[in-house]
Amino acid sequence: MQSNEPGGAEARYFSALNQGRFVIQRCAGCGNHVFYPRSICPHCSSDRLEWVEPKGTGTVYSATTVRRKPEAGGDYNVSLIELAEGVRMMSRVDGVPPAEVRIGMPVRAKVIQHNGAGLVVFEPEAVR
Amino acid sequence: MSLEDLRGKIAIVGVGTAGCGEAHGMSELEILAQAAKIAVEDAGLTMKDIDGLCTANLMAAMWPLNVVEYLGLRPKFVEGTNIGGAAFVAHQLPSMLALAAGLCDAVLVCYGSNQRTATFGRRERTAARNVLDPNPYEAPYQPFNPPSSYALIAARHMHQYGTTRRQLAEVAVAARKWAQLNPEAFSRDPLDIDTVLKARMISDPFTAYDCCLVTDGGAAYVMTRADRARDLKKKPVYILANATAVWHRSITGMHDLTVTPSQESGARAFAAAGIGPRDIDVVQIYDAFSINTILALEDLGFCRKGEGGPFVENGAIAPGGRLPVNTNGGGLSCVHPNMYGAFATIEAVRQLRGECGARQVKDAKTAVVNGNGGNSASSQSTSVLATAEAL
Repeated sequence: MQSNEPGGAEARYFSALNQGRFVIQRCAGCGNHVFYPRSICPHCSSDRLEWVEPKGTGTVYSATTVRRKPEAGGDYNVSLIELAEGVRMMSRVDGVPPAEVRIGMPVRAKVIQHNGAGLVVFEPEAVR
Repeated sequence: MSLEDLRGKIAIVGVGTAGCGEAHGMSELEILAQAAKIAVEDAGLTMKDIDGLCTANLMAAMWPLNVVEYLGLRPKFVEGTNIGGAAFVAHQLPSMLALAAGLCDAVLVCYGSNQRTATFGRRERTAARNVLDPNPYEAPYQPFNPPSSYALIAARHMHQYGTTRRQLAEVAVAARKWAQLNPEAFSRDPLDIDTVLKARMISDPFTAYDCCLVTDGGAAYVMTRADRARDLKKKPVYILANATAVWHRSITGMHDLTVTPSQESGARAFAAAGIGPRDIDVVQIYDAFSINTILALEDLGFCRKGEGGPFVENGAIAPGGRLPVNTNGGGLSCVHPNMYGAFATIEAVRQLRGECGARQVKDAKTAVVNGNGGNSASSQSTSVLATAEAL
């Protein structure tokens, strides 16, 4: 990511996502990966946060099926995904019915465009 | 000054509730004011005696101003911190400090909500908060909050410790059995485990019965110094300790979904109180969802981590069980007007005064109150309360 892009960490994260790129931060001060993007590190308060591309792999840390009427779009999954880099994010697992999303399931990230904005979702490793 | 130095120095001397359930046509300030008047009169004081105020509200950013004006107060001490529903428990420590320092003499904690019957109701409020206090990293995935975040917690607890939906249902059924003994409770119809399990699923693993009520309601209580409390109308309930822990805001920021900040607030509160879970006669836990009761029983030390599910089995926290928990029916069956912390506190006071009629816990001398706040057990405030005999 270009360092001369305007805006703060949040704006730059979503700008990259809108261009189809999923990036997270790594702290040059303490070495921890950081998500969601911040202007200072929540572990050591350093402001030397660098953008890195995550491997894109992770596992489902927890999952729920949000129940919704079929006419409103039907049930959908909400998951917490633990990335290989050790940070956790909210997302959803596509490609399998919500009831089949399991804690511990290996998943891989992909960026889709949704309502005109980039969005990180995950798919089970097996179906790729 | 340490937390221990404040032990028993401050007492709760008046309590009041109003508009619980449905308060058609009432504004939030109107409900709050009714509860405040009842609490102040219950203490044998007048509103002129109130020179400290604690209050918070989910809609108004400067809510203490609204309340000061409405009640005609001129407080020397104002506390408006909002950390969610735990706030009305967490308001105790700053009040204890202000009272002990002589900065004021009588602090009123008060709350009112008309979320059930208001035209601008729960759905509209949630939408408004998403604009005013956005979470751009979660909103696109449409978690149905707060249920979905607590559902993620419950799912993880089930995965790690083998906790079952039946054990979660035990919590809801126990709350209902207590509610059936409480004329003020909103939901008093019989409820059994199978009905909980077969009910409409909201966000797995929660059915509607695992989720707190959506009601109106106002709650208020009054604190003063122990020396003054002894001369007032009602039997004082002494605050042995209050401690608050705040760890995160959203579920993404919760490091271990099975451990809440009450592990820290409870440890600090019990240490300063000089008593432990085994010495507690009655427990009031902010049960926004069935999993909250299990988490709090573990984190406060009533059982070990992961053993909350088995702990609540076979009616263990229901009337006649081994530990009386949420004796008013809790947020699940008594009242839940958005933020429940003051209601949990008031039920503990009523139990320690012996005012609870059919649901009275015999000879209750000690109580613990555990407030919960935020979308993911984000804030927890624990209070240990006692009668004069247990000081």
